[in-house]
Amino acid sequence: MTDVPSISANATRIVPRLDAVEAGATARHDKTDRFISIEGVARRFPSPEGLSTVFEDLWLPVRRGDFMCMIGHSGCGKTTVLNILAGLERPSEGVVIVDGKAIDGPSLDRAVIFQGHSLLPWRTVIGNVAYAVSSRWPKASRVEVEDRARKALATVGLAGSEHKRPYELSGGMKQRVGIARALAIEPKILLMDEPFSALDALSRGLLQDEVRRICTATGQTVFMITHDVDESIYLADRIVLMTNGPRARIAEIVENPLPKIRDRAGLHRTDGFYEIRNHLMDFLVTRSKALRDREVEGLDPRQPSIVRFPTLRQ
Amino acid sequence: MKASLRLRASFLSLIMLVAFLGVWQIAVSGVGKTAAMDPEYAAMMGDSATTGKSAIPGPIDIAETIWGHLKDPFYDHGANDKGLGIQLAYSIARVGIGYTLAMIVAIPTGFLIGMSPLMNKALDPFIQLLRPVSPLAWMPLALYTIKDAGLSAIFVIFICSLWPMLINTAFGVASTRTEWLNVARTLEVGPLRRAFTIVLPAAAPTIVTGMRISIGIAWLVIVAAEMLVGGTGIGYFVWNQWNNLSLANVITSILVIGLVGMVLDQLLARAQRLVTFPE
Repeated sequence: MTDVPSISANATRIVPRLDAVEAGATARHDKTDRFISIEGVARRFPSPEGLSTVFEDLWLPVRRGDFMCMIGHSGCGKTTVLNILAGLERPSEGVVIVDGKAIDGPSLDRAVIFQGHSLLPWRTVIGNVAYAVSSRWPKASRVEVEDRARKALATVGLAGSEHKRPYELSGGMKQRVGIARALAIEPKILLMDEPFSALDALSRGLLQDEVRRICTATGQTVFMITHDVDESIYLADRIVLMTNGPRARIAEIVENPLPKIRDRAGLHRTDGFYEIRNHLMDFLVTRSKALRDREVEGLDPRQPSIVRFPTLRQ
Repeated sequence: MKASLRLRASFLSLIMLVAFLGVWQIAVSGVGKTAAMDPEYAAMMGDSATTGKSAIPGPIDIAETIWGHLKDPFYDHGANDKGLGIQLAYSIARVGIGYTLAMIVAIPTGFLIGMSPLMNKALDPFIQLLRPVSPLAWMPLALYTIKDAGLSAIFVIFICSLWPMLINTAFGVASTRTEWLNVARTLEVGPLRRAFTIVLPAAAPTIVTGMRISIGIAWLVIVAAEMLVGGTGIGYFVWNQWNNLSLANVITSILVIGLVGMVLDQLLARAQRLVTFPE
């Protein structure tokens, strides 16, 4: 065991070699489960004092069909990690392997839902989704493109608003269009950068429900950035904790003990919910800084330690 | 009375117009016999000497002149006597050709400058140096090289329309939001499709603003250019009427030039509304 300050009593920390965990824990853990593999990635920026490192030596595997949330404070490089996954930024060192291939720039296989909705204001709602669809299937007929766009909009509950312009929509509806645009191209991976942070609490909840429903139904692999602890517990299968930047690193991966089928209303009454919530809050409040400042012995960046809680029943 | 703002403003405009015309008419009309003189001499000297009537025509004279032009705008009685309509058509055609040529050059070049920070920096000193030059300063050079007065006027219009369109296009293209470009990047949109489907619509409001500034400048410059090159056009007409001492025709021209300028500006204002996207 490593010397890491305060950890919840019930949680099990698994630090040994990742291979051992894979062999021991469940049958699903094998090499093909590294659907996305972040390998030794670093990001440095030139600064007046030379190169400043946002993060370095970052290793992270993501399984196929996993809903992974990354949480950490501002400045830890979460968004940079997501941009590297999207191919919008290049890492200073290291590679990201997706489905067996090192990524080289953006791809239609990795759809991004941006923090701001990023809709094209001169296009209608359906025009925005159709733009993505016709990029994905350039040879598709107009009818087919429109059909797919319409279906994607219906999935996020926007049937009937196809011909509105983005400025006529509320923030929540705009973000729904963004989600429809990402889903319409049937990506292998969905990347989300704090997609609900600009929304009011009610729309945020509704949209979280929609996203959870759609992604579990289709087995979508998702990587999402957030700094909302409750959001990560409700949505994620696994939660990656980043220490503070600069020189941020992955502190641990928390396996979410909630069952696949979740009930949002009863979430906070579930036994053990507060234990995991407190664990995450403690991390954000104290450990995220302590872990950066203290060199933890025996912590192998290639094998982030995994924290497990006893499975919860709702 | 609670009339709309628009109605009240129109009413006020009308009062101002009537008051202005009234004062004008009174100011220029005669005051009666000012001096006893030989009737033959008086007939030769005209009203300005005999009754104190101003040489400046009054609104009624102008109305008569305008009516005369409206009755027959397109007559052609030789080189120095053409209808106002024909003269205007020449000017509009010159502006149209010079402006269109400027558009063909400025918008693609502006795109290039806006897309490439290198080209932006490299071309900046040339643009900064040439932009403040009065387009009429190019006239001698144009006359010498082109050797045709009409074409030289078109060239001057081209030069003066070029800069606002070029600068606005470059600025509009360069300030396309990164989030929209990132959308195109994540969708693997090729450079040509990106230019037409993302950059062009994003920059269109700025580009059309540049076009609107350009058409205004072009219409200002054509009058001066035609005064210089002579022959045809509304600018030449004004100068010709000055030589004829026909101030009624000069004032009529001023009104017509203003009217055409207003129409051109409104056309581009309409285009501007078409490409502007609310957010």
